[in-house]
Amino acid sequence: MTRVAKRWLTALVLGALFGLGLTLSGMTRPEVVKAFLDVTGDWDPSLAFVMGGAVVTFALIFRLAHRRAAPRLGGRFPRLPRRADPELFVGAALFGLGWGLAGICPGPALVDLGAGIGDVAVFTGAMLAGVVLHRLAGLGASGAREVTPSDEPVRADVIPGKPA
Amino acid sequence: MGTWWMALLGGVLIGGSAGLLYLLHGRIAGISGVLGAAMMPETSERAWRVAFVVGLVAVGLVARLAAPETVPLTGTGTSTPLLVLAGLLVGFGTRLGNGCTSGHGVCGVGRAAPRSLAATGTFLAVAMLVVLVTRHLLGGAA
Repeated sequence: MTRVAKRWLTALVLGALFGLGLTLSGMTRPEVVKAFLDVTGDWDPSLAFVMGGAVVTFALIFRLAHRRAAPRLGGRFPRLPRRADPELFVGAALFGLGWGLAGICPGPALVDLGAGIGDVAVFTGAMLAGVVLHRLAGLGASGAREVTPSDEPVRADVIPGKPA
Repeated sequence: MGTWWMALLGGVLIGGSAGLLYLLHGRIAGISGVLGAAMMPETSERAWRVAFVVGLVAVGLVARLAAPETVPLTGTGTSTPLLVLAGLLVGFGTRLGNGCTSGHGVCGVGRAAPRSLAATGTFLAVAMLVVLVTRHLLGGAA
């Protein structure tokens, strides 16, 4: 299998795994999300376990990954930004506003779209429009200047000796 | 469903998927970022991002057929104008802030990046405040 095909297939499987995690954990149900955000009411803390489980699992694999010089399927690890800037706070606040209103964030919006509930399609459509609006406004993104160009073409010769 | 261990298992799968994407591809599984770049025609690494999104959407279809109680079959419970407003805010805000619950909340917090801790604290606090206002001060408008 070519490296491009491997990257495509692993991304598809990992997307499905991510979606399965969202579905099992209750993140795909807006009422569960809102019950988690409702700290002064009848608080449902279950999503704290989702967050905790996800953060710890990611942190472990992230550390393991950096024992390698490069990602397993080629390319290289990006230099990720660490400092906060004003755009970050404004963007996060706007996102929080929308998240609190609907109880849906981008991952669950895509899973619920696949489930074919008409109501969610309205949210997902508006979300895509928001992404386009941001691009048209030409505002850039928080931390964008600090990131090493992450969209460089993947070279098959990055890991010598590995069959492409 | 809805039990803490199911939530924990779901979280481990989410973190495992994000971790493996980093280990294999060297990329951060921030859904808003993946989606944003998947929508840009000029992105050279568009293919895997489209595949990741297809994986997410496909799970929704399977979930509806296999376990319909896991998806909001009865709808979101939010009025259409509010859904449109919320969607626009989520799409625009996550691009401006360069991340959402996954990119900042899981991956950023997992790598202990100060900017992601700040972003996660901000969107969690604002979202909790919105639920407080709409549920308890305005009486369940949303």
